[in-house]
Amino acid sequence: MKKILSLAAVAALILAMFSGCGKGYTAEINVCNWGEYIDETVLKDFEEQYNIKVNYSGFNSNEALYSTMKNGGSNYDVIIPSDYMISRLISEDMLEPLDYSNIPNWSLIGERYKGLEYDPTNSYSVPYMWGTVGIIYNTSVVTKPVTSWDALFDSDYSGQILMFDNPRDALGIALLHLGYSLNTTSEAELEEAYGLLVQQKPLLQAYVMDQIFDKLESGEAAIGPYYAGDFITMHENNPDLAFCIPEEGTNYFVDAMCIPKGSTKKEYAEKFINFMCSTEVCTKNMDVVGYASANTEALESYIADMDEDFAAIMAPSDDVLANTEVYTNLPQNVLEKYDELWVELKS
Amino acid sequence: MTSKTRFLSIPYVVWMAIFVVVPIIMVVVYAFTAHDGSFTVDNFRGMTDYISVFGRSFYLALIATVLCIILGYPLALVLSREGPRLQRVFVMLIMLPMWMNFLLRTYAWMSILEDTGLLNALLTKLGLPPIKIINTSGAVVLGMVYNYLPFMVLPIYSVVSKLDRRLVEAAEDLGANPFMVFLKLIFPLSLPGVLSGITMVFVPSVSTFAISQLLGGSKNLLLGDLIEMQFLGSAYNPHLGSAIALVMMIIVVICMYVMNKFGEGEETAVVL
Repeated sequence: MKKILSLAAVAALILAMFSGCGKGYTAEINVCNWGEYIDETVLKDFEEQYNIKVNYSGFNSNEALYSTMKNGGSNYDVIIPSDYMISRLISEDMLEPLDYSNIPNWSLIGERYKGLEYDPTNSYSVPYMWGTVGIIYNTSVVTKPVTSWDALFDSDYSGQILMFDNPRDALGIALLHLGYSLNTTSEAELEEAYGLLVQQKPLLQAYVMDQIFDKLESGEAAIGPYYAGDFITMHENNPDLAFCIPEEGTNYFVDAMCIPKGSTKKEYAEKFINFMCSTEVCTKNMDVVGYASANTEALESYIADMDEDFAAIMAPSDDVLANTEVYTNLPQNVLEKYDELWVELKS
Repeated sequence: MTSKTRFLSIPYVVWMAIFVVVPIIMVVVYAFTAHDGSFTVDNFRGMTDYISVFGRSFYLALIATVLCIILGYPLALVLSREGPRLQRVFVMLIMLPMWMNFLLRTYAWMSILEDTGLLNALLTKLGLPPIKIINTSGAVVLGMVYNYLPFMVLPIYSVVSKLDRRLVEAAEDLGANPFMVFLKLIFPLSLPGVLSGITMVFVPSVSTFAISQLLGGSKNLLLGDLIEMQFLGSAYNPHLGSAIALVMMIIVVICMYVMNKFGEGEETAVVL
């Protein structure tokens, strides 16, 4: 009897976990976005407003998303990859053209983010958020002024420097430091950038991605490259941190919403995209994420209330952006070269 | 097994076919094909470029496995001689960390081992010099030992705890001292457990990737990182990734085979 009782208790517990699922929504859509890149309460708002259930999941790199889609293991209706990945998906016929008449809030998206190289005719994507890469450093250790990528190669900070743990961003920084394009296809330039990373390696504490939050906030490391929006989050936890966009220029990225080919719920997906562009939702998302929204109205009113310095980091002026470059999709042989150099660097 | 009860194994056979056999076949197929699906052995041509990665992975996994035996064997032996109550408590304590997610545990180790982490804070408090361990191979081995030690302790424990006490008594009656009892009796009889333990520690250690990224500072690639990169890296080359995985599996099988030769006459360890 005791056994049956405890079994029943366990069953009840498990059932309780699943309850709240069958609320009678008219439809469901699957949304896949970068991890921690949304105010999750807006999903609830959408569900209530449209009676459409959102199955939300996250990815941690454009390449991971691509790999999942390529393997056919996904059935996403809305994805939010970055610029260069969008152009790769377009070129491989993996995206559905959007019907912009179903997305009236498209008009709220700033012209500056439209017609960029990754989707020049604006047929497949609606910009969500954007930002830049810069150097984040701890002013209590890094006392010299930081103005150039050179700071990441400075032996004075040996053992305190962090670097991106992926070939595109790491080699990209070396390329910028050498004065080359982020999107170069020249093997000689890539080899030169690789040479710079080889010199840098003994000075590094570690190659990191998300771990950079912990390491910079706790003071474990003193300097490293990361995204402007994340700097705002880190600064809240450690006010000694500062941010700099190097004079050589940097990477400017736009993450945009797309519908993968094969989605059977395009109509609902477009409703969702439209909802995500509204000024109210964009403001909420900016508040949680710290990245700049592509909705100009939301962005301007949001940064108007901010400290001027932070506003300039979150949404740099046109002058700063003039000296930045958006990643483009590279040909397969160049991508293989990147991987090859990366393995060599870490062997 | 009688033919009447044989059907009971069908669900598991189906499960294995779908989730073990089919994936292995897919790995083999991918390894021998190019992007366009045609047959090729090119994926194996460049394998020599990765010799240092292979070497480092097997070396670190070997060290981790040896450390697991050194730590795990005495523990299992001592544990098997305690009262049943204490045994249950200890087995639970050994299993307990496994109830937590593997990545979380490894993240926790990162915070512990960092230069400004818990361990060094403690050392400094005690007036001792801080140690530099994070982002070294030592930290990677530590992560492996911590995560996989239960897989060494449990199989050894399950074998030695079922050991017939009467055999030990017989040996003692015949004049063997405790050391001889261990050497001639307990150790040989516990070998199947040790061999299973070695397999269960060595194989995941060879192919791990999260540990080296979090604790090793990602400065030196391990096989798991290299394979992950083929699937989640910018070039997306599952064919090369499968080829590397296949070579790794073959080397592991050879290692297991050689090891089982050593334990010949005893029950063989579980291969893979």
